[in-house]
Amino acid sequence: MYIYIDGKKISAKDGESILEVANRNEIYIPTLCHHEALDDVGACRVCMVEITHKDWGGWRNLVTACLYPVEEGLVISTSSEAVRRSRGTTLDLLMARCPTSDVIRWMAEENGEISVRYEQIDDGSKCIMCSLCVRACERMGCNAIGTVGRGHDKKIAPPFFENPENCIGCGACAAICPTGHIEVNDTRTTREIWDKKFNFVACEGCGEPVLTEEYRDYAIANRDLPADYYTTCSACKKKKLASHFDKVGS
Amino acid sequence: MGIANRKELEARRKALHKANENVKTHVRVCSGTGCAALGAFEVYDALVKESKKAGLPVQVELEPCGKEKDPLFVSLTGCQGFCQIGPLVHILPDDILYTGVKVSAVKDIVEKTLAGGQVVEKLLYKNPEDKKRLKGRADIPFYKGQELVALEGCGSVAADSLDSYVASGGFSSLAKALKMDPDQVISEVEKSGLRGRGGGGFPTGRKWRSCVSAEGDERFVICNGDEGDPGAFMDCCIMEGDPYRVIEGMIICAHAVGSSTGFIYVRHEYPRAVERLSLAVKTCEENGLLGKKILGSDLDFDISVARGGGAFVCGESTALMRSIEGSVGEPRAKYVRSVQRGFRDKPTVLNNVETFACVPSIINEGSDWFTSRGTEKSPGTKAFCLVGKVVNTGLIEVPMGTSLRDVVFGMGGGIIDGRPFKAVQTGGPSGGCLGEDHLDLPVDFDALAKAGSMMGSGGMIVMDDRTCMVDVAKYFLKFLMEESCGKCVPCREGVYQLHAMLDKLSRGEGEPQDLEKIQRLGKEIQVSSLCGLGKSAPNPVLSTLKNFREEYEAHVNDKRCPAGVCRDITTFTIDPDKCTGCLVCKKACPPDAISGEKKQVHIIDQDKCTQCGACRLVCKFDAVVTN
Ligand SMILES: Cc1cc2nc3c(=O)[nH]c(=O)nc-3n(C[C@H](O)[C@H](O)[C@H](O)COP(=O)(O)O)c2cc1C
Ligand code: FES
Ligand code: FES
Repeated sequence: MYIYIDGKKISAKDGESILEVANRNEIYIPTLCHHEALDDVGACRVCMVEITHKDWGGWRNLVTACLYPVEEGLVISTSSEAVRRSRGTTLDLLMARCPTSDVIRWMAEENGEISVRYEQIDDGSKCIMCSLCVRACERMGCNAIGTVGRGHDKKIAPPFFENPENCIGCGACAAICPTGHIEVNDTRTTREIWDKKFNFVACEGCGEPVLTEEYRDYAIANRDLPADYYTTCSACKKKKLASHFDKVGS
Repeated sequence: MGIANRKELEARRKALHKANENVKTHVRVCSGTGCAALGAFEVYDALVKESKKAGLPVQVELEPCGKEKDPLFVSLTGCQGFCQIGPLVHILPDDILYTGVKVSAVKDIVEKTLAGGQVVEKLLYKNPEDKKRLKGRADIPFYKGQELVALEGCGSVAADSLDSYVASGGFSSLAKALKMDPDQVISEVEKSGLRGRGGGGFPTGRKWRSCVSAEGDERFVICNGDEGDPGAFMDCCIMEGDPYRVIEGMIICAHAVGSSTGFIYVRHEYPRAVERLSLAVKTCEENGLLGKKILGSDLDFDISVARGGGAFVCGESTALMRSIEGSVGEPRAKYVRSVQRGFRDKPTVLNNVETFACVPSIINEGSDWFTSRGTEKSPGTKAFCLVGKVVNTGLIEVPMGTSLRDVVFGMGGGIIDGRPFKAVQTGGPSGGCLGEDHLDLPVDFDALAKAGSMMGSGGMIVMDDRTCMVDVAKYFLKFLMEESCGKCVPCREGVYQLHAMLDKLSRGEGEPQDLEKIQRLGKEIQVSSLCGLGKSAPNPVLSTLKNFREEYEAHVNDKRCPAGVCRDITTFTIDPDKCTGCLVCKKACPPDAISGEKKQVHIIDQDKCTQCGACRLVCKFDAVVTN
């Protein structure tokens, strides 16, 4: 099928989202709660685009690109006046909520409108409740963190706000967080995240930290890979593999 | 004894009908939530006991074989509507409505009325206008102009009795529908023009048809009894008072769309509704009205009663389905409709309690009968909860298109204490407020939407001149801010900011550009939010801003609350020309800020005054004034 993004005719497949097609064609649509590996939830609303169709009698609508499935002949605008207004308002609201976040400010600047117009809540938090961390943790199979409560006070936290029993210190949540809100403190031998302390497993080859002990145990129990797979860092693994081939070659 | 097929149903109905015909006097004790809280069950027990003691041929269940001759039938019904003056006891066929009945009055009722055939004057409704006692529902303004369709059995059938429902014609509509082709049933509902009573007003027939045409090996029918609107209780009354009607509507829908599994999702806080519905479901199962081969047809259908997740947003369709699936009741953002992929990703029909309750009558009486009431685009009737500053409050059902004036000043009896009418809020928390100039508006889905409000599920809050519209908007926004699921940014952060701006206004700190800002943000929230909650959350502020702009301007420009509600910008003083020195306000003032002797003008000490408004409320002479 063909769709039109910002006037360009582009081929698309049934079942794809507008965002997928745009990404594949290097058309930029900002996102804050989307990740290729995770299911979309439509939370941040910055990926808003305007759609219409020649058969819709002029009717237009704002939809989230990450969730809206393409259909033949769909006409999409990624930066119409309505899109910029909606996105601008969303980003303004996020700037008020997380005034210290550079990512949000940059995104707002890029959208063309920087005006902090709303009451700022400066509690130092950069959490925009995109829930990427929760979904990543869920995907890891740990479910160590979740959302608590509803409304404006909704928070992301471990159960009962205590250090999470299920957390294996993999750090996926911190890595995926778009604003850098989740704190992770690593030393050569330890990691601290969600107020929980972990010891790193040192690489058998070079002694560099590889992963936390809890992560190693969890991986050994849940994945089908040899136990020593988790005790060597990737650099040493490569070296080992190379020397293996060397031996095979000689 | 089960009801295996249509013939048996008809036989049962005839037998019960006959039993009903023999009933000489029928005493209906309202056991709706309001009356129950005021002691209706005790009144019922006392009525049965006293009548027996007096040797009357009491019967508490309809018995086809009829042991008693000319029995006196005493039953507990669902809400009879006029909760304000409950407990209600309605006596037929003479149409005598006793109000505020206490156990101590039962003896009188039994002796004078049930045995003696006389009316007990002092238990009759007193018309506040001329203080005259009015005998029955036919005379009382609150009931005049009402037309009961969804509430037909609520207040007349015995709420927990299948027999009572069957005697009143119950399940004959199902029998008729089962004789019809599913497609014919849908056509009839389509022709009736029935629109969803849960808020959106989506055409029910069209919803059913799209469900049928959606692909899927399994279909679901769900009844939305979440009723999260604070102050609304129509659905509660129907579920408690006439549970079989809702079930019948659902079975008809199951037949129409080809479903074998249904759910009734009942609000967390409605234990009696859960109890009555569960009992009704069980009774239907035992009688062959649910389960396999219903009434001898090919239809298999089961219903489970599910308890709500306890949040307002759980009433939203996708959140509700997730909640029944066992997940957190949060709306799901998606661009597929639930008729295509709803519960467990299968085609699902979700309708409101009142919507299902309209279905049996539509099938029985035909779509023409339904469309003969109401307006062209909104046929039929609608139940409303009339509350607020009106003289008569309670549950009513009127034809669509009835004017707000008829509701507020007819059934509602006007404003309490004869104060000026200011506005009526419709549509629940995310509805809007309409003022004086909208009083002649015919109430239907489109007229309300056009005027900047909405039908919602049917809450109607009447407000007098002492209600501040900024304060009202702030109140609803606070509710919505707290009830937002918190997932999407425009709703979570935007409604918070709207509320913050209104709060600023009410403190007298508003700036001229604030009104523009509120309006802009409100519009963006409407188009950018994920679910219906966010999309409609700005309504309270946008509608009041549209219809009561001067009041907002007074808050911003003059730092003044014309209604005298916003404490930070209100000062209370006593008008010396009006004050009679009656001491009433002085006694009512919590911080003792009022001084003055009897028959002398009273004075409010501004340093002590906390602007609570208690003095103004009690003053009979309107002597307490605000800036
Ligand atoms: C926040 C929110 C709350 C809702 N609450 C209810 C409710 O309590 N009861 C209800 O019937 N519909 C409620 N709805 C509407 C439902 O999503 C749905 O449209 C309705 O149940 C469909 O039934 P109907 O077509 O018969 O009205 C709510 C919608 C939203 C957005
Ligand atoms: S990326 Fe689409 S809503 Fe966040
Ligand atoms: S509860 Fe009795 S009239 Fe409503």
